[in-house]
Order: sequence, then C-alpha cells, then structure tokens
Amino acid sequence: MTDLRTHAEEIHEQFSDQLGIDVDDVHERLETLVEEYKVPVDEARRSVTNTYLDEAGMDRDELRGGGNERKQVADVDTAEEWIDVRAKVVDLWEPRSDAVAQVGLLGDETGTIKFTKWSKSDLPELDEGAVYELRNVVTDEYQGRYSVKLNRTTTITELDEEIEVGDDSVTVEGALVDIQSGSGLIKRCPEDDCTRVLQNGRCSEHGEVEGEFDLRIKGVLDDGEEVTEVIFDQEATENLTGITLEEAQEMAMDALDTTVVADEMRTKVLGRYYRVEGPTFGRYVLADAIEQLSDPADPEAVLIKARSI
Amino acid sequence: MATTPTREVARRVFAREFNDAGYTFKESDDDRAPVYLLLPTGERANRVFVVGTLTETEDVGEDSEYWQGRVVDPNGDTFFMYAGQYQPDAASMLRDLEPPAYVSVVGKPRTYETDDGEVNVSIRPESITVVDAATRDRWVVETAERTLERIQRFDDDANEYAEMAREQYDLPVENYRRAVVGALESLETDGEAEASASTS
Repeated sequence: MTDLRTHAEEIHEQFSDQLGIDVDDVHERLETLVEEYKVPVDEARRSVTNTYLDEAGMDRDELRGGGNERKQVADVDTAEEWIDVRAKVVDLWEPRSDAVAQVGLLGDETGTIKFTKWSKSDLPELDEGAVYELRNVVTDEYQGRYSVKLNRTTTITELDEEIEVGDDSVTVEGALVDIQSGSGLIKRCPEDDCTRVLQNGRCSEHGEVEGEFDLRIKGVLDDGEEVTEVIFDQEATENLTGITLEEAQEMAMDALDTTVVADEMRTKVLGRYYRVEGPTFGRYVLADAIEQLSDPADPEAVLIKARSI
Repeated sequence: MATTPTREVARRVFAREFNDAGYTFKESDDDRAPVYLLLPTGERANRVFVVGTLTETEDVGEDSEYWQGRVVDPNGDTFFMYAGQYQPDAASMLRDLEPPAYVSVVGKPRTYETDDGEVNVSIRPESITVVDAATRDRWVVETAERTLERIQRFDDDANEYAEMAREQYDLPVENYRRAVVGALESLETDGEAEASASTS
C-alpha cells in the first residue's frame, strides 16, 4: 500500500512541470492495475507513466527523473541510465559539431567522465572549475568508455562547494609499436586559448599564423592482447626520447625539415617496452610517468607453467 | 555500425608457429576489412610484433630493390620479412643494417603460394628498430606467456578460432608448447653462461 504511494509520488514528481496532476489520481490508477487486474507493480508503473506521457505529448526521454540514482562518475557502468551527478567541470573542449553546445570532462571524488551538452537542449552555460548538481543526465557508452549527456530535462544547479577530483590514472605496459602522424616537432596556434596543431602553417580556426614549436608523441602501446593510445606532452616526450625541444628545433633547422625529429624519435623508442602511468582523456592515456622496462625478464615462472600443461 | 576502425593488436608468436600458419580470412565482405592470418593455436593475427636476431639481409629484387631480412628466434626458427618501395623506411633499414643485430619488427603477416603449391608466410614490416638484449629477452618471455594462454584456451568450447585451426591445420598444439619451453630454456642457459663468464 505505502509502496504504491511511493511510486505514485515519484510519478507525480516526474510530471509536476508538465501536467497539473494529482497524487491521489496517480495512486488510484496504479491501484486499479495492481489490485484489480493483478498487474505487477513495475508494469503498472510503466503503463501509468505512458498514459501521462501521452497526455503531455512527451517522449519517454524527456521525463524528469524524480527518482534517479545519484551516482559517482567511476560507478557509471551501463549505457542509457538516468542518473544525477554532483561534479566539477574539470575541462571544456572545443565542440566538433554545431549540435554540441559544450563538451568536456566532469570530475568527482572517484574520477572523471566525459559530458556532452546538446545545443538544442537550450541549457545554461557550464563554467570550467565550477561545481554543479546535475539532475537527470543520461549515460552513454562508446567503445567501452562511458559518458553522460545533458538533455532538455536536465536541471543544473551551481553549488558553492569544492570537489577534490579523484585520481583516475591508469597504468599500462607494453611495447611501443607505433608513433602516429602528428608526432615529433609540431607547431601550435599562438592565438589565446587556441592550441590547435597547425597543418602546413595553418590553424583550422585562425588560418595562417606564426606557430609556436612544441613536442608531442602520439604513440601506441601494445601488450599482445590490447592496444592503448598514449599522448606524451613536451616534458614526457623529452623524458622518453632524450631529445629536448631546443635540440629538436636545431635538428629541424639543419635538415630544413621537421619530420627528421619524429624519425629520430622512432629509432630511439619504437619496439621497446614501457610502463606508462597517467589519466585517461577520451581514448588516450596522458603519460605522466614513464619507465622503460629494461630489467632482465624472469623466465622461471613461465617455464614452470609451460612444463605443467 | 559506423565506428572508427580500431587498431589491430600485434600478436606475439614464435617463428615455428608463425611459419606453420598459411590460412588467411576476413571477418566481413567489405573490401577494406582487415585480413587475418589464422594462428595454429587458435587466434587471428592482423599484425605481429617480433624481436629477434637479424642474421641476414639481401636485396632479392629484380627490377627494383626488394629487401629480404631474416630474423631468428631463440629456437633457431626464422621469420622472413620483405620490404620494397612501398615500405621505404623498412627497406632503408634493411639496406643499412649490419647483421647480426637485435631488432624489433612490427608488421603484417603476408602469405604467398609457391609454384609447387606450398603456402609461405612472411612479415611485411611497418617498422624495424635496433634494440638491446633485455628487450629481446622480455619479448621471449612475453611471447611464451601469450602462446601458453592461447594453448590453454584451445579446448574451450566457445573458441571459434581454435575450431577454425582444427579444421584448417589439424596440427597438435603440443608442438608450440615445446617451442615455448625451448625458447625459455635458451634464456636460462644464456643467463648461466653470462653468470659463469663474469665469475671466471
């Protein structure tokens, strides 16, 4: 009895913005289905909810999640789940499409997760570094990585508090099997807040500009089972290759060609084993700590296993 | 589904097993679908990573340069690789390198049928780099582990590539367990030899 009342209150809350409905009315509909027609409670709730959705001319997607679960970002492990999160905007990225109003990284004590805010949802702007209560966001998954999407029914409340964003760094080991194009000595756009990598001296946003030199490696670590794409920033690239930005510039000047830098880096690091630690960023791991695995490998344990099969 | 193609993992395999393979297949009819070499221990390989001793390089091309490189693993079995004008970096490495040297090779398996109907397997290298002995030893242990894992999965009911290997090859996986043991034993002997050399 009280159970049905709770369901009724939750449904009522979900529609409170759109329909002037009465909790008793909701309760009565549920009661009829459950007690008279012996419909299971879940099914009854679904049926009543659909009735109100029809009345309000809404899609199920637009439903306000009155009874959403509050989740920590590291606990997001299914797609298409409606949840509430309390998180800080750690990073805002450049949207690649007009359909996206804002895209970036949210973080809480447990780690970080990508978020997308659609232009058509018409939501207020999120500020980098601010903490928000985000109610009714929906989870999504792409190639094993989770994200949350803000939609028309999401409510955004800025909170006056600080969140210590958790360390979601991962450790990966493997052979460095590829250094991808766009690695080595690169030039970035010098415009404020634009760090795009120039292609033939051009920035895709600001056109022809006098670029600023930087070092970067986009590499692939492979352990024979899985591949991980790793980004090494200037400092990490210098550590990994022993080539400093200055030296790289000299090499490029001597050769009148910047590609010699990436070539030299390839001969120094490709085909060796590394352990890399750092936070994940989309499908990449950002290398904070790097160690070459040069200890002699111990064959003994594997040999015992091989003999026992 | 329109997903970005994911990079294919580089399998670890000793030359004995690699050279026993010969059957290739695709998972879809798409022209651009990756081609896989079926490993006899029941795994598909679109890419391999090999570290071994480069023992010989030779330009076997007739009209243009076409470099052959032989890389030997600890069992004394040989990986063959070929690089021509479409693999300029690998070809120039093979032109310049002085064997013997430890090399890491990342590449794609390629098969070709000889005039007498035998299928030969080789590597078309994407990159070749000179590495040290520690890297080579690490590869041997890693390749032993990966091979054992495949052998242990070989009799799983849901292992479709093992099923395919039974149909295509019918080779006992015991051969590859022996290759693992042999490779690991060679490391131990190396270690003892080095230890006794340093004490004498």
